[in-house]
Amino acid sequence: MQPQLTNDQELFADTTRRFLQEHADVEAVRGLRRDERGYDVGYWRRGAELGWTSLAVGEEHGGGSISDNPLADLTIVAYEFGRHAAPGPLIATNVVAAALGRSGTAAQRESVLPSLLSGEGVASWAIAEPRPHDRLGGIAMEATPDGTGWSLTGTKLQVEAGGSADHILVTTTSPTGPAQFLVATDTPGLTLTAMQSIDLTRRFAEVVFDNVAVPASAVVGEVGHAAADVAQQLRIANVLQCAEMVGAMDAAMDITLEWVMDRYSFGRPLGGYQAIKHRLADMKTWLEASHGIADGAAHAVHNDERADEMCSAAKAYIGAQGPELCQECVQFHGGIGVTYEHDMHLFLRRVIVNATTHGTVTDHRLRLTDILETQSVGRRAGGEAA
Amino acid sequence: MSESLDEFRARARAYIRQHIPEGVDSYTMGSDSDEEELEDVARSRELQRLLHDGGLTGILVPEQYGGQGLTAAHSEVLNEEMAGRRHPFRLQVPTMTPCMTVILEFGTEEQKKKHIPAILRGDEIWMQMLSEPGGGSDVAGAQTRADRDGDEWVLNGSKIWTTGAWWADWALCLARTNWDVPKHRGLSVFMVPFDAEGVEMHRIELLNGSKEFCQEFLTDVHIPDSCRIGDVDDGWTVGRRWMFYERSFGSSPHTLRPAGGTMATFGELYDLAHEAGRADDTQARELVGEARALALAMGQLAERIPAAVTSGRMNDQAASVIRLMGCRVGRRLSTIRWELLGSMAGAWTDDDDDLGRWAEAFLSRQVSEIGGGTTEMARNVVSERVLGLPRERTPDQGVPFRDVPMGPPSR
Repeated sequence: MQPQLTNDQELFADTTRRFLQEHADVEAVRGLRRDERGYDVGYWRRGAELGWTSLAVGEEHGGGSISDNPLADLTIVAYEFGRHAAPGPLIATNVVAAALGRSGTAAQRESVLPSLLSGEGVASWAIAEPRPHDRLGGIAMEATPDGTGWSLTGTKLQVEAGGSADHILVTTTSPTGPAQFLVATDTPGLTLTAMQSIDLTRRFAEVVFDNVAVPASAVVGEVGHAAADVAQQLRIANVLQCAEMVGAMDAAMDITLEWVMDRYSFGRPLGGYQAIKHRLADMKTWLEASHGIADGAAHAVHNDERADEMCSAAKAYIGAQGPELCQECVQFHGGIGVTYEHDMHLFLRRVIVNATTHGTVTDHRLRLTDILETQSVGRRAGGEAA
Repeated sequence: MSESLDEFRARARAYIRQHIPEGVDSYTMGSDSDEEELEDVARSRELQRLLHDGGLTGILVPEQYGGQGLTAAHSEVLNEEMAGRRHPFRLQVPTMTPCMTVILEFGTEEQKKKHIPAILRGDEIWMQMLSEPGGGSDVAGAQTRADRDGDEWVLNGSKIWTTGAWWADWALCLARTNWDVPKHRGLSVFMVPFDAEGVEMHRIELLNGSKEFCQEFLTDVHIPDSCRIGDVDDGWTVGRRWMFYERSFGSSPHTLRPAGGTMATFGELYDLAHEAGRADDTQARELVGEARALALAMGQLAERIPAAVTSGRMNDQAASVIRLMGCRVGRRLSTIRWELLGSMAGAWTDDDDDLGRWAEAFLSRQVSEIGGGTTEMARNVVSERVLGLPRERTPDQGVPFRDVPMGPPSR
């Protein structure tokens, strides 16, 4: 994470860290294994009081950031979430809160946003779809005009905390282009089914929309012109995922470094063997580079400069190296590393899930090439013109 | 009152626009004939002289040694203002660092006054006489000997992997001055002119045809004691810093690295896929994207580590993290380019010569992981000095160097 935090950010990081140490220690996390929500409602509300859900929302809408870079503030929470493999719908709620702050109607901001900020309500973003539309940005779900409102039909997958959510922000196509709607989860025709997941506490749902009728007031932004909002939501989700992964990688690495010093084999510490040391040196480079590119992505989104490119680079790099680093950490532990009793899998789980949702490594690599292609074509055209 | 960054930028910009030609110089190994290489070197000396006349060399070097007495931030400004301009790349590494930085840190007043202004003017190009045929990574195991003879030292032995020694002027040389103490306590460092009597130079041909590396045979080379840097037998104090400077050359504020210098390679990968006719192939596109992510991650790491060192959050050995990452990324990028070539990676027609050079680059892929300290040594530094893991026990510690076990002699 950012090598230099401001004093206020440092204080905020410390408060969040101590809260998580107390309320989201590994035993608490294990205890939520079979919990339907995957988190305790009171815990989430208290986290929201610390500011977990209000950083990315402007003061005029009841939110407020620590520094002049709200996304950087939010990555502080996400990083600590990763370090603790903490429960709670952090990414889901923040993406929707930021979207409503940015493009929600006055009524949506008044009726839904306050509950997200207070932690009493939860909302989630539904974007991913089943094959053959499962590639990043592939959307087949349609919104068709229906009287003064809209009718929504289609299936969404990997909707984080879908089972706990009161509202779903759903991204669809429409006769005029991409559109987004804020839909209450108890709307007739909407069916939520829990999905299985690798993560111990993060729950995902399949959300099926079968001719769900929504009024015009459910539209977020403008029908046909949601592309910029969707892009910004994806950036926020990717930046938070990366910060979480880096936090989890840091935790896994710390546990492993302690282990290789304490564990003796053939009369000396494991960490003294070059065969182990050299792999740990490689892992340290992945870890530092992951910190660097995660911060770089957050910075790029804040400055709105090469934001998509940096987000995809971060997800592609950390998504590849994060699981690899954690698997190596498991390996160095030997037998104990593959037990449920050991903590390592908590971090491995978090990294695996974040590496695959909101774009896989392959998705983001392909998107980087799309971006390069645009630049290259531009360069050729420029060269020919000159 | 020293020059502010804005003042410096304005001065640098005005001078560069007027005097420094546009273009990009970058290091490509093995692509030049001897004549081209010599022209390149002469060109580098000219560019260095041009920059020197504009007061744009030795940014961090104190004024009494011909420098500007400014800061690393000024150096960064200069890199920015030099974007898209030719620069004396042959004079950066190892001349500016580690050679000049070592002289600056350990040289006597007289040594600094003699050599540093000459380096900054482009009159002296320096190389490193460090590795030996008997050992590359185990630098402190040097067997080149220096024996005292009155006010002089007599050097005998052989040094290898000296880049461009055939067109350079001087070298820093690590030699053994005491065989009766443990290896790290019997070394000394000398400044050796390449035209000294008894220096015989052989050029080494690398697997790709490059002949820029040399091996020197030193036979009774007489060097005055005034060419010794640091105390007798205390050469390892100098050597440790020397190798630190060598490892961190990529981020050193003493070298000139025009901004955007490497940006071309990013787009190049897509262009390579395009030229190889594979721009529509999903597998090729994924490889290009992987390379792009690696390059961007590398760029962020190269900013993050120096910032962490400056703030004291990491120690200065962390430069090896950059070195290691650079090598890993370079390795993967080379392989990706090679894969993008498809069947042309093994044999190509004259029409495809532009693509063929990437196949040749793959042939020499490991050069960058060996030269300048192997990645294995970088891994040792990262694991021991950055992560704090214990060293492995070795039989060369605490015994006189002459008793250290050695393999058969190499030449």
